[in-house]
Amino acid sequence: MSGPSRDKQAGLLLDEPLIFERNRPGQMGVDVAEVEADGLLPAELERAELEGMPEVSEPEVVRHFLRLSQWNLSAATTFYPLGSCTMKYNPIANEAAARMPGFAGLHPMTPDGLAQGALELMAELQDMLAEISGMDAVSLQPAAGAQGELAGMKMIRAYHEDRGDPRRRVLIPASAHGTNPASAALCGYEVAQLDGNAQGVVEPDAVRRAMSSEVAALMITNPNTLGIFEREIAQVAEIVHQQGGLVYLDGANLNALMGVAKPGHIGADVLHFNLHKTFSTPHGGGGPGAGPVGVRQVLADYLPNPRIVRRDDAWAWSSDAPKSIGRVRSFFGNFGMFVRAYAFIKALGGDGLTRATQMAVLNANYVRARLQDTYHLAVPGLCMHECVLTDRNLEGTGIKTLDVAKRLLDYGFYAPTIYFPLVVSGALMIEPTESESLETLDEFIAAMEAIAVEAAEDPDAIHAAPVRTPVGRLDEAKAARKPVLRWRADDSAGG
Amino acid sequence: MRYLPQTEQSVRHMLGVVGVERIEDLFRDIPEALRATAALDLPTGLSELDAVRRLTELADRNSGATALSFLGAGAYSHFVPAAVDNILQRAEFYSAYTPYQPEVSQGTLQAIFEFQSMVAMLLGLDVANASMYDGASAVAEAALMALRMQRKRERLLVARSLHPQYREVLATYLQGIADAEVVEIGFGADGRLDRAALAAELDDNAAAVIVGTPNFFGVIEDVAAISEVAAQQGVLTITATSEAMSLAAVRSPGDCGADIAVAEGQSLGVPVSYGGPGVGLFAARDRYVRSLPGRLVGQAVDSDGRRGFVLTLATREQHIRRERATSNICTNQGLIALAVTVYLSLFGKQGLRRLARQNLALAHRARDLVCAGSWQPRFDAPFFNEFAIRGPDARAALRRAADSGVVAGVELGRWYPELDDSLLVAVTEVHADADIETLAEVLR
Repeated sequence: MSGPSRDKQAGLLLDEPLIFERNRPGQMGVDVAEVEADGLLPAELERAELEGMPEVSEPEVVRHFLRLSQWNLSAATTFYPLGSCTMKYNPIANEAAARMPGFAGLHPMTPDGLAQGALELMAELQDMLAEISGMDAVSLQPAAGAQGELAGMKMIRAYHEDRGDPRRRVLIPASAHGTNPASAALCGYEVAQLDGNAQGVVEPDAVRRAMSSEVAALMITNPNTLGIFEREIAQVAEIVHQQGGLVYLDGANLNALMGVAKPGHIGADVLHFNLHKTFSTPHGGGGPGAGPVGVRQVLADYLPNPRIVRRDDAWAWSSDAPKSIGRVRSFFGNFGMFVRAYAFIKALGGDGLTRATQMAVLNANYVRARLQDTYHLAVPGLCMHECVLTDRNLEGTGIKTLDVAKRLLDYGFYAPTIYFPLVVSGALMIEPTESESLETLDEFIAAMEAIAVEAAEDPDAIHAAPVRTPVGRLDEAKAARKPVLRWRADDSAGG
Repeated sequence: MRYLPQTEQSVRHMLGVVGVERIEDLFRDIPEALRATAALDLPTGLSELDAVRRLTELADRNSGATALSFLGAGAYSHFVPAAVDNILQRAEFYSAYTPYQPEVSQGTLQAIFEFQSMVAMLLGLDVANASMYDGASAVAEAALMALRMQRKRERLLVARSLHPQYREVLATYLQGIADAEVVEIGFGADGRLDRAALAAELDDNAAAVIVGTPNFFGVIEDVAAISEVAAQQGVLTITATSEAMSLAAVRSPGDCGADIAVAEGQSLGVPVSYGGPGVGLFAARDRYVRSLPGRLVGQAVDSDGRRGFVLTLATREQHIRRERATSNICTNQGLIALAVTVYLSLFGKQGLRRLARQNLALAHRARDLVCAGSWQPRFDAPFFNEFAIRGPDARAALRRAADSGVVAGVELGRWYPELDDSLLVAVTEVHADADIETLAEVLR
C-alpha cells in the first residue's frame, strides 16, 4: 500500500462514502428497546423490513456528517457573494433563540391561551415588517419567497374576481426571477414579458403599451436583478393602477431599501419578504426560508387564514375572514424562522437596519468601482446592493463566466450568481451584503483581478479549475442523461 | 452594531474609491420623492443579553410547551437525539445556500442524495425529490402533478378524512386553475375511506384519488384495495402521511400500489416548533420523474472520474422553464431534510422499526386505558399512534383535563361537525407509562 495520495485521502481532504456504504449489519446509532407489539396491526398492513436503511453507530454517523459539512463552503466560513440571495451573517444568538424550549417545544394545536408568547412574537414581527416595508398588513404564513409570490398572486386573482373583473394576464420584466412567471402561471395567468431598457429598467412607455384591462398585475423586482433601482416605479405603478391592475413587488432585494425607501409608499400593492435573505434567518443549504406577504389595505381582506387578532385582552387565531384566499401552508408557517428574524430585527433596531442597508450598498459599490475596469460592468453608474459584471472583457482568452466562477472556488470564495439575469450575457452577479469588511472585499477583488490576469496568460489553469476542491468539475449533462437519483441496496450507486 | 464589521475609517476610504462624499449619495438614483421621509419607527437595537431577556420572556409565556400534552393532528412530539441538532448547528450546513456550485457544496449535495434515497425507501417508491415545504403543499403539488400527467382528466377525488389543513391548502393551490375539480369522498363507520362512494366516482375523468394514511383520525387506510380499484379506471393513487413515524411500522404506500406518496417529515428529527419548519417528503414511480416538482440531486462524475453529486433535471424547474415549470418552488426545506437524514441514519433499519413499535404499543395501551372508563373508541379500524375517542362531553372533558394541567387532545368537532362528540389523542415514545395513566385519570 502506498502512502497518502494528494487525491482527497489525507489531510483536510478526507474521503467520505455514502452513509449506506458505512453499513454494518446489526449496528444502531441509538438504543431503543424492543417491545411487544405483535398483533396490534393486521398482518397485511404490517411492514416487513426497512430494506436498505443504514445500520451505523452514533460515532460513525456523527463523523460522516461532520466530514460532509467540511465539503461545503458557507457564508459563515467564506465570502459568499451569491447575487440576489443576500448571504449575510446568520447570528448564532438567533439559533439559540429558536431552540428555547418555549418555542421549539410548542405544539401548533396548543390552545391560544397557552401560546401567548408565540402569538405576540408573530404579531410584533408582522408590525415590524409592515413598518419596514410601508405595507398596511402582513401575513407570515408562506413557507418561502416563491410561496409568498403564490399567495400574493392568489390575492390579486381574488381581488379581481371579487370585483367581477377577472383578468388573464400578468406583466413580468425579462430580468425577473424565474419564480415570478412560474407563480403567475400557477394562478392560471398567462405571462407577458416586458423588456427593460439598456439599464434593465422598466420604462413607463413599455408598460403603457402592454397594459390593458386584461392585465391583472405587474410583477416587478426593485431594485431589479441588475442591482438598479427602478426609477420610474411610481409612474409605472400609476399606469398599472389607472387600468385597474395591481403591482406585485418581489421583495428579494429588500436589503437595499431598509430605512431608505418603503415599497408600500411607492406603488406596491403586495410584496413578499424573504426572511432568509433580508432578515438573516439562515439559508440552510436551500431552506427552510420564510416568505411573509405584506399588502396595502385594498388587499387586506384576501390575506391567508388564519390571522392573529386581539380578543379579550389576549392574542388569538381567527379564520373569520370570508374573502381570504385560505391557507397556503399547514399551521402558521415556518415559526422557527420567525423567532430568528424577530431576534435579528430586535438586535439591530431601526437605526441598525438602516445602517445594514447602507453598508450593503456601499460594499456593492466598492466592489463595482474596483472591478469595473477589469471586468465589464453591465450597467454603468452606481448600483444598489449588488452589481452585475460580465465576461465581455475576457473575449479572446477563451475564458467565460463559468470558468471565472470555478476558478474563484480555488481562491476560497464561493462564486457569484452566474448567467443571471438572463438579459445580460455572461452575467456575474455579486452581492457582498453588509456582513463583509473592507479587508475581505479587497481579498475577493484581488482574486478576481488575478483570474483576469490568468485568463490572458495561463487560460489552461482556469479551464482545469477547480483543483482545490474535493471533486473537480462535474459532468452535469451526463448526470441528466441517465439520472441516478438514489442509492439502492441491490445496485450500489457505484463509485 | 455587532453584526456590522466596517469601521468608520474603512467607510471613508470606500466612499472615496466609489467617488461619493456621503453614504446618502449612494442612493441618489432613488428619486427624492420616493425616499423615506422619516427614520424607521422601530426601537433601538438590543444587546444580545437584552434580546435574550425579551425572547425568554416570550418563550416563558408559552406554557403549553412544557405541559403534558397528547396533541397530534399533523405535528408529533418525538424525542430527538442530541447528535441531530449538533450537526444541524454546523454553520457549514446552515449558512450555505442551494448548491449551485457543486464542487464546493458536496456536503449538502451528498446529504440530499442520501435523503432522497431514504425517503424513497420509506415511502416504498423509486424516486424522491429534495423536499417540499410541508405535507400540505406536497399534497397540492402531487395533485397538480397528477393533473399534468392525466391531461384529459379533471377530477381529484379527495378523502374527507385527509388532514383538513392539507385539503385547505390544496383548495388554495387550485384557485384559478381551470379544469380542476375536487370531489370529496366520505369515510365509513370504521373511519376508513368509504369505498363504495369512491367506486361511484371513479371514471375516466378522474385524475387521482388522494387519501391520508394514517388519516386525520389516526386510522390506517387500506391503500392496496384503493389503488387496485383506482388503477382499473386509470386513476392515480396519491397518499399523504402526516405521521411519518408510521411508515416504519405500516406497509409502505408504494408497496400498496400508490403512484405518488407524500408525507410530513417533522416526526423524524424535528421539534414541533409551533408548526414549522417541517419538511414535505415527495416520492413517485420512476416513470414520472420528469414530471416531479422541486429539486433533484443526482450522481455525477468529475473530470477525473471521481463520484460527486449535482442538481439535475433542472429543465423541469422555474429558473429554466419559467412559466412552464412543473412547480414554482425554489428554496425548499434543505436543512430540515438534513435533520431527517441524520435522524434516520442514527435510528437506521432496526431502531426505527423498534421505535415505531413502541409508539404502536403505547398508543394502544393508552386507548385501552382511557376506554376502560366512560370513553369508547370512535372508530375500530387499525391505527398507529393516534386515535379518536367518543364520550359524553368532549369539550368539557378537555377543559377538565386542562384544569389539571394536561392538554389531552383536540376536538374533532372543530373540523367535523358530525364528530363533535370526539377527541383526537396522540401518544408517542415521549410519554411514560405514568403519563398515560395521568391521561386516563384526567379524562375519567
